[in-house]
Amino acid sequence: MQQRKFQRLQNIIDSHEGKVSHLIAILQEVQEEYRYLPEEVLTYIATAMGIPPATVYGVATFYAQFSMIPKGKYVIKICDGTACHVRGAEPINFALRKELKLTGDEQTTKDLQFTVETVSCLGACGLAPVVTINENEVHGQMTPEGVLEVLRKFQKTE
Amino acid sequence: MLKSKDDLLNLYKQTREALEREKMRILICAGTGCVANGSLEVYEELQDLVKKYNLPVKIHLVEEVGHEPYAVNISGCHGFCQMGPLVRVEPGGVFYHHVKKDDVQEIVEKHILNNQLVERLLYTHPVTGQTVATQDEIPFYQKQTRVALEHCGRINPDDLNDYIAHGGYQAIARTLFNMTPEKVIKEVLESGLRGRGGGGFPTGRKWQFAASAQGPKKYIICNGDEGDPGAFMDRSVMEGDPHRVLEGMMIAGFAIGADEGYVYVRAEYPLAVKRLKRAVAEAEKAGLLGDNILNSGFSFKVNIKEGAGAFVCGEETALIASIEGERGMPRPRPPFPANKGLWGCPTIINNVETLANLPSIILKGGKWFRGFGTECSPGTKTFALAGQVAHTGLVEIPMGMSLREIVFEIGGGLRENKKFKAVQIGGPSGGCLTKDHLDLSLDYDELRKAGAMIGSGGLVVMGEDTCMVEVAKFFMGFVQNESCGKCVPCREGTKRMLEILTAITEGRAGEEDLLLLEELALAVQDGSLCGLGKTAPNPVLTTLKYFRDEYMAHIRDKKCPAGVCKALLDYHIDQDKCKGCGLCAKVCPAEAITGNKKEPHVIEVEKCLKCGTCMEKCKFNAIYTA
Repeated sequence: MQQRKFQRLQNIIDSHEGKVSHLIAILQEVQEEYRYLPEEVLTYIATAMGIPPATVYGVATFYAQFSMIPKGKYVIKICDGTACHVRGAEPINFALRKELKLTGDEQTTKDLQFTVETVSCLGACGLAPVVTINENEVHGQMTPEGVLEVLRKFQKTE
Repeated sequence: MLKSKDDLLNLYKQTREALEREKMRILICAGTGCVANGSLEVYEELQDLVKKYNLPVKIHLVEEVGHEPYAVNISGCHGFCQMGPLVRVEPGGVFYHHVKKDDVQEIVEKHILNNQLVERLLYTHPVTGQTVATQDEIPFYQKQTRVALEHCGRINPDDLNDYIAHGGYQAIARTLFNMTPEKVIKEVLESGLRGRGGGGFPTGRKWQFAASAQGPKKYIICNGDEGDPGAFMDRSVMEGDPHRVLEGMMIAGFAIGADEGYVYVRAEYPLAVKRLKRAVAEAEKAGLLGDNILNSGFSFKVNIKEGAGAFVCGEETALIASIEGERGMPRPRPPFPANKGLWGCPTIINNVETLANLPSIILKGGKWFRGFGTECSPGTKTFALAGQVAHTGLVEIPMGMSLREIVFEIGGGLRENKKFKAVQIGGPSGGCLTKDHLDLSLDYDELRKAGAMIGSGGLVVMGEDTCMVEVAKFFMGFVQNESCGKCVPCREGTKRMLEILTAITEGRAGEEDLLLLEELALAVQDGSLCGLGKTAPNPVLTTLKYFRDEYMAHIRDKKCPAGVCKALLDYHIDQDKCKGCGLCAKVCPAEAITGNKKEPHVIEVEKCLKCGTCMEKCKFNAIYTA
């Protein structure tokens, strides 16, 4: 299992010819594969590419897109850009987190089904407030009740 | 494969003829906004129905010969996102809004088959009640002048031939065969085009530096890392007219002697990435990108690079570091990227909108471009109009238009008859303007005088129920989060500023904190290394300048006049107005509301989370804050 896992990793690195300038793209592809960046994966990438682990870790922690903790099957992003903020992104976040029983800094439910995060701007300000699910599903002009309805649809399919 | 200028001209003629043979063209907006509202379902339904009615329909512009009369296509963003999904029917530019899958049958039967308008889907003016049929008659569009957005919403972004039929790649052909690099730069200088990313540096001057710089190789970078909260014009251009961006890059490349370019796009814009990648592949296949383009001797290659989520990467030097695969941290300038940029080579970084203006400047001339806008800020500028304005969306207007015209004429004023309070312009780098600025001419220099800046063009309208201190805190939270941490004034300064602002909104601050906040703001502005830190205090400084009384209300009276800052409010139920419907108790997430049916309810102050859900839901306006 472990061997196979690293084989996939190696394939990604190879497809970029191990170029250091492609590190971000490599991390993006790896994260797509595992949904997050496990520590041993970062170490493997560093060794395979012949660069210090600190470099890989440094890049992985710098960008908001990368996560070093596992994410849920459904990643719900609540846009909190200016337009969404002034039109009520906060109550949506509040309702969602309450429904999923997320407390403190927690972003992901214990069963790894849902991750709730706020992002700074999705660029659909005309539809504010906006919520997306796994990038491909966009819901505009959201309300706290509306978002719970969307959530229920996903809970049902599980 | 196009091998010469004549090949391109022939393709233009062929595609143009195909376009003119179309009896009707139905365009369904497939920008992010409309897709979110289900425009792709509308598109599919339309395709199914035209098949069912056995109509001669084509999907691509030229490939399906013999299917001329009707064309069904997706298009890029029309800008009027809030009204989506949008459908535009040519000829005439008939404009349907809020089109759902179930409406398609009526459009086909009435409009396509019988040439009658589907009245109920047309735009009705909210005040006059007058219904208009075409896009050009809608007030939102009437005051606009479209240059960069010329084709957005008119062409299929996934079809190279459609772009060519609308005159695409003619500008690069003219550049390659009729102009020298010097002449291209001269034309751009004459146009007076200034960088549309926010800085406003003259594009031609920047190019001059790179053209005269020495290096083994030169690069063009298209900055599509639109991180400003509240701005989305670059996304719309990349999604709606990707070939135009590529053509702009090629013109810039020819002017400075570069043979390679990068488009740096935010990962948050997956549709833009997809459309750009497709555009690059199609242009390569057609011979419009690659080696020896149209046999002119000029070669140009374009790579698409996805960002990974860092606001600071909008800063030139940080963006370069990010393309090189490193942490996106800025470095001191000089040397400027025009001399030492990507991998140490002379590099020009232009914003998406800047590049999208270039084909028109080349084809119509710098003088023509100068005909729009003001003396020092020529041309047009796109703004993302959002917030509490009635009509939100993307607008392109000549520079120099007043804020009043944008907010009240194009934007139709504030929704729900709220009173206008402020406009936040230019995102975290910009500032807040008040009703005293409504007649200010929107150009680079006037805005800078008022303490704000155009930035990337985000324009968020705020009504009376927005707390300006909270808005300042919101932006400070954003920049504090996005500070790369390299230089101390930005890393520590913004953190302390956020602490003070938080204390103010929670009623814990004194007047001396306000002085410290101001002092810190000026220190961060002076001491920071890059644009992020230098402009981070702008929202604080402008709100302090124009809304000082609101700060004082929070500090002295421990009150939030707009009723936003939760720590300073308590929710109560007006016992006379409450009808005891129980809706508030039902929606209260904290179960803080109690009461018997048909009797006035009460809120337990200790349990109340101050989320405001009850107030929103109450039909009798019985809930108030104090």
